[in-house]
This record gives sequence, C-alpha cells and structure tokens, in this order.
Amino acid sequence: MKNDDPRIGVFVCHCGTNIAGIVNVDSVAAAARTMPFVVHAEEYKFMCSDPGQALVRDAILKHRLNRVIVAACSPRMHEPTFRKATALAGLNPYLFEMANIREHCSWVHTDKVAATEKAIDLVKSAVAKARYLEPLESRYVNVEPKVLIVGGGVAGIQAALDIANGGTKVVLVERQQSIGGRMAQLDKTFPTLDCSACILTPKMVQAAQHPNIELMTYSEIEEVKGYVGNFTVRIRRKATFIDPKVCTACGVCIDKCPWKATSSFEEGLSKRKAVYRLFPQAVPGIPVVDKDACKYFENGKCKACEKFCEPHAFRWDDQDKIVEEKVGAIIVATGYDLIDPKLPSQYGYGKLKNVITGIEFERINNATGPTAGKIVTKEGKEPESVAILHCIGSRDRNHCEYCSRVCCMYALKFAHLIKEKTKATVYNFYIDMRCFGKGYEEFYHRLLEEGVKFIRGKAAYVTDQALTDAEQGKLIISAEATTLGKTLRVPVDMVILANAMTPQKDAADVARKFGIGRSPDGFFLEKHPKLEPVSTATDGVYLAGTCQGPKDIPDTVAQGAAAASVAMSLIQRGTVEVEAATAGVIDDLCSGCKICQDVCPYSAIGYEVDKRIAEINASLCKGCGTCAATCPSSAIVAKHFNDQQILAQIHALYAQEG
Amino acid sequence: MAEQFEPKIAVLCCNWCTYAGADLAGTSRMKYAPNVRLIRTMCSGRIDPSFVMTALKDGADGVLIAGCHPADCHYINGNHKTMRRFPVLHTMLAQFGIERDRVRLEWISASEGDRFVEVANEMTETVRKLGPLDWKSRTAAGNVA
Repeated sequence: MKNDDPRIGVFVCHCGTNIAGIVNVDSVAAAARTMPFVVHAEEYKFMCSDPGQALVRDAILKHRLNRVIVAACSPRMHEPTFRKATALAGLNPYLFEMANIREHCSWVHTDKVAATEKAIDLVKSAVAKARYLEPLESRYVNVEPKVLIVGGGVAGIQAALDIANGGTKVVLVERQQSIGGRMAQLDKTFPTLDCSACILTPKMVQAAQHPNIELMTYSEIEEVKGYVGNFTVRIRRKATFIDPKVCTACGVCIDKCPWKATSSFEEGLSKRKAVYRLFPQAVPGIPVVDKDACKYFENGKCKACEKFCEPHAFRWDDQDKIVEEKVGAIIVATGYDLIDPKLPSQYGYGKLKNVITGIEFERINNATGPTAGKIVTKEGKEPESVAILHCIGSRDRNHCEYCSRVCCMYALKFAHLIKEKTKATVYNFYIDMRCFGKGYEEFYHRLLEEGVKFIRGKAAYVTDQALTDAEQGKLIISAEATTLGKTLRVPVDMVILANAMTPQKDAADVARKFGIGRSPDGFFLEKHPKLEPVSTATDGVYLAGTCQGPKDIPDTVAQGAAAASVAMSLIQRGTVEVEAATAGVIDDLCSGCKICQDVCPYSAIGYEVDKRIAEINASLCKGCGTCAATCPSSAIVAKHFNDQQILAQIHALYAQEG
Repeated sequence: MAEQFEPKIAVLCCNWCTYAGADLAGTSRMKYAPNVRLIRTMCSGRIDPSFVMTALKDGADGVLIAGCHPADCHYINGNHKTMRRFPVLHTMLAQFGIERDRVRLEWISASEGDRFVEVANEMTETVRKLGPLDWKSRTAAGNVA
C-alpha cells in the first residue's frame, strides 16, 4: 500500500468571523498538531482566497505533505476549490479531505467551548480518514452534443432558441399538442400591456422552424437514464390519429366534427371539438383527435372529419410511439399550476357563478376567448363593479406560505383593462402591493391615477346573502380595511380571485424522473439559492422558469436563457469528468455470490465467469457504495469511502483511547 | 446540581440529502445540540450496519442513520436497501440489550434543514434520558449473546 508514512497538513479557516467568531481556531490548529501523522497545521482568515490556496500549495512543497485537510465550510461548497489547489502542487486531488466546521459547527452552535471541541473532533475525524486516502484517477467521457428541453412554455422556448442559435441541436418536448404554455393563455402582459400572443407567437414559430430544434409536442418523458453528458431519454409520442406529414392544417376537419368536449385551454369556459387545435395560433397547427371525446372510438361510427379531409391525413390505427434520444444536458421547464380556487372555500368559487379566477379572466378578456374579449358576467351583462381579491391561497399558512409574485401586478393589469373596456368600478383587496420589477411601481402609480379603488385588507369571504337593498343580486365582499380600521361590505357584480401559483400536480414524479429535489413548497430545488439558480443536485440537469418557483415572464425568460448558457457551456466543453470514486472488487476475497449484483441500481456489476468473481464496470458505477455495504465478504471497496476510512473516522470520534 | 450527561451522537448520512440538509441548517443559522458529529457517505446505502455497531462499541451513545426520502434517492434506490437493513439491525441491537431508541433511521432531504435540527435535538434528548451506553459494562454483565 502507498499509505506508508502519511504526512498530513491541516489548514483551519477563520472564514472571517463566520468560524472564528464561535470556534477558537488557534486551539483547533494546536490540537491538530498533536494528531497522528500531522506534520503541519496553521490557521488563516480566508482559506478559499488566492493567498489561502497558495498556503496549501506552498506547504505541500515545503513540508512534503502527502495529505491535505482544510477545516472550513461544507465540501459541497469548496471541495472542488481545494482539490484544485492540491492538484496544482502536484498531489493527487483525492488526497484532500475537508472538515466542515462552518455549516456543521460554528453556524449551528452558540456555546464556544462545545463548538471548539466539536471542531477539533471533526478535524480529528478528517485526519483519521486522510491517513487512509488513496489517489484516484479522474476519468473523462464525451458529451453528447444535444440538449433535451422538457416543457414548451416561454422558458423552454427561450432556452431552445438560445441553444439552437448557438449551433447545438435541441429536442423540445411538450406535453400539450402546441408549445406556448401558460403565456399563450394570457391576454396582455404587465406592465407594458403588450399583447401576450403578439410577443410569444413569433418565438413559437421560430422554434418550430429552426433547423436545430426538433419539436416533439403531444409527448411526455417516460424514462431518463445515464448521467451528465450521456443521458438516454425515452419519450412517449402520444397518438394523434393524424399524420403530420400529410396534414396541411387546413382545419376543415375541426369545422366538420360534430362532437364536443370542455376546453382546458379556455379553462372550461367553452367547448372545443373532438378533433381540435389547442388555440388558433397553435404551433404546430396540426390538430389531434381526442380519443375520449371522439364518437368513432366509442361506437365505430362517424368519421365525419375524414370525409372532408382532402389530403387523407387520418390514421385511425395510430398508436403511442416510444422514441429514444441521446442528449448531453437536460433543461426542465415544466411550469406551474394554480391552486384549486375551491380550496380556500370562503370565496365561493364553484358556488357563486360570477366568482372567477385570474386565468379565467385572461381568457374572457382575450379576443379569441369564450366571450370574444367582452368583459361580461355569466348573465352576459357588463359588470357595474368588479372586485379583484389578492393572495387567494398565497401568503396563507393554510395553503401556500409563499408569495406568488405575479398577482399584484396582474391585478393591476386587470383593473386597467376593465377600466378600459367597461365603466365598472374596480376594487383591489390587497395585503401589500408588491410591485418589485422594472416599471412595476410606476404602473401602480398610473393605476392609482386611473381611479381604481385600493382597499388594504385581505377579503374575508364572498357571499350572495344580501343584508341591504343595495346588496340585492350582488356578490358581497367582506373585508377589513386596515387603513380605515373598519369592516366593509362591498357589493360587486364580478369577483376575480388571484389564486396562488403552485407546482404542477405531477411535480413529484417529474422530480424523481430527473433526479432533482424539491423545496418545502413543492417547487424544484436549485443547487444553490443564489449562486447556482439553474443547476440541480444532478449534474447536467438544469431548471428554467416557474417549475423552480413563482416568477413573472421577464424572470422566466431570463432563467430560460441562463439555463441555455449553462447547458451550452457543458456541450461546448465536449468532455465531462465522471466519478472517480467508484467501487472496486478485491478478487481474492470475492466468493462470487452475486449478492452485489442485486443491489446495484445501475447494473454496473458483472460476473467474470472464468474467475467466478464479481466485476465492476467503472463507466456505469456512480460510486454510491451500496454494494460495499452489502458484500458479506467485504470484497468490494467503495473508493474514497472505504471501510477502513469510515471506521477510522468512527474510531477517531468515539474510541476512548482516541 | 449534578452535571448533565452529554451524550455522543454519531450521524451516518448521505451526501445528497441529509448532509445537504445539515448544510442548510447551517446556512440558515438554525441552532441545535452540539452533541452530533456527521460522517458523510455518498449514499445511505453505503452505511454498513457494522459501522453502527463499531460506533456504539467505540463509545457513541446513539447513532442516527439518515438519507434521502424513499423514492428520492440520488442513486435511484440506495435508501431502500438502508430501509430494509434497518429492522435487521434493530433486531440485532435488541439481542445485545441495546435500547431501540439509541439507533434511529430518518429521511431528511436537502431542503429540510429544520427537520435536521429537530431530529438532532430529539435524538440528543432521547439518548440523554437513556444515559450513557457504557458498552463495556454491558458486555461484562453478560448482556451479549
């Protein structure tokens, strides 16, 4: 073994006062000097700074160190930094070990004595492990020069265009039959009031026509395998019953179809045909047949659509197809959902028919929507008064604790649009006005001048039980106006609920498929809340848009572009370092029982028939070490986390003799 | 007043969820008992039951095994193996006369810094009540089969 004569160097970081404020770093360095095989120990203000890293390099040369320990922050933060510094001095980077005395010590404890004691223990543990560290060789594999983007909303479209314009191939997968996402449902956008479709559809068309983008709409991800640079993705392309190569998207079939179903795009406010386009500007414009609504699939009769289809594009035997794609990087841009407006039940959604949601109002106000853009009540009359209720489900511990970020602004937009199209009095019931973006506060001021009534107080409930003549036939909002210090009852004709943005209903499944975590609110978890906002715990999988948390269109587009640039940087690099700390078999100890094969999640363990022993395929192994814990003969070594190293840590921490 | 017993708690946990959860507790400046020491493995599936026994034999008064929530494992399903080994480990501990509550299995995700704090504190208090493990006197008393 190469472990003869370990010469360990220990570097204790102050991290300004982050560590040194609680932990006595001098004592830690002094204690380190007494630990076995430690030949050098020192402390320094900021180990991650250039001079800090230089200390490591110099000490390796000066003291002929062959093991390095930095006691500082989490290895999840700076392990790569110090591995590099170690390597620069000519030492194998895997001969470096970190002791986490910040996140796991100085930041979580207040008792200075106990914290210093713990810091010394953590260094002791690292020193014990370091003694048995072995050099490992980094391996590199080629990156597949193609990016998968999941979700064709504006985040996915932006990412796709940026990557494709950079010359890299993109597969853009969208569950619906058209790209466009939520933004396609919106009428105007705040605070500029430009028409949503007018700014979105050119991008949709660009994406569809781009030679580097392959659009897979009406498709879903079945399975993701592989690792950074080399993912294999299985995609289900749902049966549309129309051959896209033959169909001219003339739309005659839609006109002729006699069967109808509720339109999800119109939020259930109107019907669409059984053969349909999601919306008039859909991209691609080729319709699909909804098997559940089409009578032919029920009784084998009808086919009215086909009779009028000149190019003969219908394929009644069409079936779901599974296609496989190899990609180097994945961008997840699966968007958001909205909280069921019936859940905060006090607002009467579903019972009082003129209580509607914000997204329903978007459709009502849209020229292609169910009322052709006329703002009317369910009775078809122009409302005399409208109330917009903020924070329905958002900022509410009973539902979603977080702020949905867009509601204040779209409530202002609604107020403006209602004022523009009708003579109605508009009320905003709000907790706080959160107008944080560029031009947002200015828009709020504009609305104040437009005569919109702002009542500071969250609506308590909506009822149709009139107490006075003036309330007869109206919806009455009950709320406390906190600035006036009194309770109000405000009768209106229409109530718009700004209901909370939530994760997609299948967010848990999607997170599992791609190996990404979720924050307590259920949205996908970025690698670092500030510095790595588009990366995830899985290398090569990135996030864009509202699947990561509520955000408005500018932020969504910015994150789409950010995810594109991170994915591009991986693709441009061409190769990627893969796990060096894999498992290995000690041939002499292996009895060939094959128990390890059963527990390996990656099928990375084979069997050498001649020698009757297990054999590990290092390119498939991810280094989880489950096989090592399972092997009854201790014949499998989990490199960098082997038995000897972990037991040495345990002994160092707990054995009485030290 | 007699000095309070300070139990030694070993935490064997995975890199991706629980270690990151403990990092988050730190970044969020949450406070918990200084009795716990984390030993990192890449996956909770790497945690050999013998590590737990060694820690107890060496002088730890309690051991927490922690990893990603079932189905959220960074390595697909390593934590399932942890989950299945655990009852066996508990049975064995019982045969050694070691109280059940000294060894605990918890799923703590990277976003659950508060959960980590809760478990670290609970574990410390539970083991504090149980008192020192004192493996040597137990084995001397013939408690080991």
